[in-house]
Amino acid sequence: MKITTTALATLMVLGIASAAHADIKLGASLSASGGAAFLGDPEAKTLEMLVEEVNANGGINGEEIELVLYDDGGDPNKARTFATRLVEDDEVVAIIGGSTTGTTMSIISVAEGEGIPFISLAGAIQIIDPVREFVFKTPHTDRMACEKIFADMQKNGITKIGMISGTDGFGASMEAQCKEVAGSHEIEILAQETYAPQDADMTPQLTKIKSTDGVQAILNPGFGQGPAIVTRNYAQLGIELPLYQSHGVASDGFIELAGADAAEGVRLPGTALLIADLIEEGDPQKDVVTAYTTSYEEKYGEDVSTFGGYAHDAFRLMVDAISRAGSDDPSAIRDALEATDGLVGTTGTYTFSADDHLGLDLSAFRMLEIRDGEWVSID
Amino acid sequence: MDAFMQFIYSGLTVGAVYALVALGFTIIYNASDVVNFAQGEFVMLGGMITVFAFDAGLPLPLAAVLAIVIAAAIGVALNKLAIEPARGAPVVSLIIITIGASILIRGASQIVFDKQLHRLPAFSGDEPIHLLGATLLPQSLWVIGGAFAIFVALWLFFTRTLLGKAVLATANNRLAAQLVGINTGFVMTLSFALSAAIGALAGVLVTPITLVSYDVGVGLALKGFAAAMLGGMGNPKGALVGGLLLGLFEALTAGYISSQYKEAVAFIVILGVLFVMPQGLFGAKKTERV
Repeated sequence: MKITTTALATLMVLGIASAAHADIKLGASLSASGGAAFLGDPEAKTLEMLVEEVNANGGINGEEIELVLYDDGGDPNKARTFATRLVEDDEVVAIIGGSTTGTTMSIISVAEGEGIPFISLAGAIQIIDPVREFVFKTPHTDRMACEKIFADMQKNGITKIGMISGTDGFGASMEAQCKEVAGSHEIEILAQETYAPQDADMTPQLTKIKSTDGVQAILNPGFGQGPAIVTRNYAQLGIELPLYQSHGVASDGFIELAGADAAEGVRLPGTALLIADLIEEGDPQKDVVTAYTTSYEEKYGEDVSTFGGYAHDAFRLMVDAISRAGSDDPSAIRDALEATDGLVGTTGTYTFSADDHLGLDLSAFRMLEIRDGEWVSID
Repeated sequence: MDAFMQFIYSGLTVGAVYALVALGFTIIYNASDVVNFAQGEFVMLGGMITVFAFDAGLPLPLAAVLAIVIAAAIGVALNKLAIEPARGAPVVSLIIITIGASILIRGASQIVFDKQLHRLPAFSGDEPIHLLGATLLPQSLWVIGGAFAIFVALWLFFTRTLLGKAVLATANNRLAAQLVGINTGFVMTLSFALSAAIGALAGVLVTPITLVSYDVGVGLALKGFAAAMLGGMGNPKGALVGGLLLGLFEALTAGYISSQYKEAVAFIVILGVLFVMPQGLFGAKKTERV
């Protein structure tokens, strides 16, 4: 009994209701706790902040938004339950959520079945390929990250690489995508190593790659502590080859974990959000990114992350669609979403169409390099 | 040869991390036959509390001591609030209680602290040491040294002190221990405090290498448990050797076979050993009285 109570208390659901006389009900199921909390936590905070902001400015067409937010703890089963509850009990007009690909897939079945527009915050390409009528997503795909990295390698004359990937969902998925697109960028993968998400030392794998003849660069798809440890082992072994990390660690926290010395020269594809200060005046993303960064950091006293940015973009897309639809009918919102044209977000500029529910291209990624503990754009 | 030495260093570093966690299992197991699955949470608490105290401005040694004291207090609380009230329950129930406690501690930490990854600066810098053609970080020496120091301390405690023998006696037969004047309640409290303190010390030592977040405890506890089983549960020598062996298996498999299979190979070896020697490499053979 004690255990059950403990478990229940720990996994307690956040049900947050704001304005009492809200007119537009927006649903969200995010992984604000559990293993994917580093995704869901900033996403939940971002949504709460933005709903407050929009309501304070008079809502959408004069109607206030009520956010119904659940914490699925990264569990796909719970995500499905919450999605059903959002649709049947809370009667929301649209859903944002699915911090992970697993939870997203659960929500998709409910959203498609009930005809509720759904914007996912997860990475996998399977979410929008094949295109599903009611499903959209804001983060770029792993495949795009691979293409961006390979394009940079080509630019630097690198054709033979070694890969060291995490065996977690993110690392494994990106590893697979990178292998698929490597050929079309004339990249040959000579060595492939993996590590478990909580491994403490990757020097054996790196030593093996290092001693493979012909390797010109090393690519590390993964997130969490793995890439930070790989980066530090890289410095420990004194490997001189260029090290490419993925967008999974595109945050200032990574530089802190890996240490500025070890992280020197690491390259990765990231979004405009990461380099808000470095964006040139006149860049359409400048204002959006600055506004979001400023209010988030003011409200929560912590740095913005790419993931919170995904939620920001999903919310802006939804608000834009609802205001253009002029009604809160789910089908009308879906049609308006699909007609989104040139909406500038923190991740990139979105233009949806009937056969593209991601709406981003490679220009959304910016190739970044760490120099003296700071991000520098090298596009 | 250089590569071989690198694999060995990696294995020793990772193995010492496992050994430190495994050593924490021994005291509670010796006092009560309970495998404390909240042991990994003590390691996590050691790391997290030190990180937050250090960030708040405390000097590192003081932050570490604070973390060890708090973790020990939580260990005592775990015994008083959860284990003692269930005293008559079978060992399996007690083990399940420790799993519940581990979920509780993890949940509370994510609220009290945060959900981010953190690191501590290495105690003696990040400049790699070049030795026999391969490199080793100074922090690895701290971890390996820490594992040996705790091993020696535990070994002396169990073989040379009356208190240590009282712990062993309590495990052997609680009633008989009480009859010869051992305060078994105190022994249990002490063993939880010591285990938690060892776990927290391990957390402080390994955080510069493994990094820490609220959810690292489960993974560490599983590896530490595997190491302890391999070496022989309850024997400090077994914990040390088991941990180092497990780390070496993993590193050598990753280096010479494939990193894809490193955990599989390590666990197959463990299964093989346990098949032949069910009590582990150094575990005491148990004769059940009927």
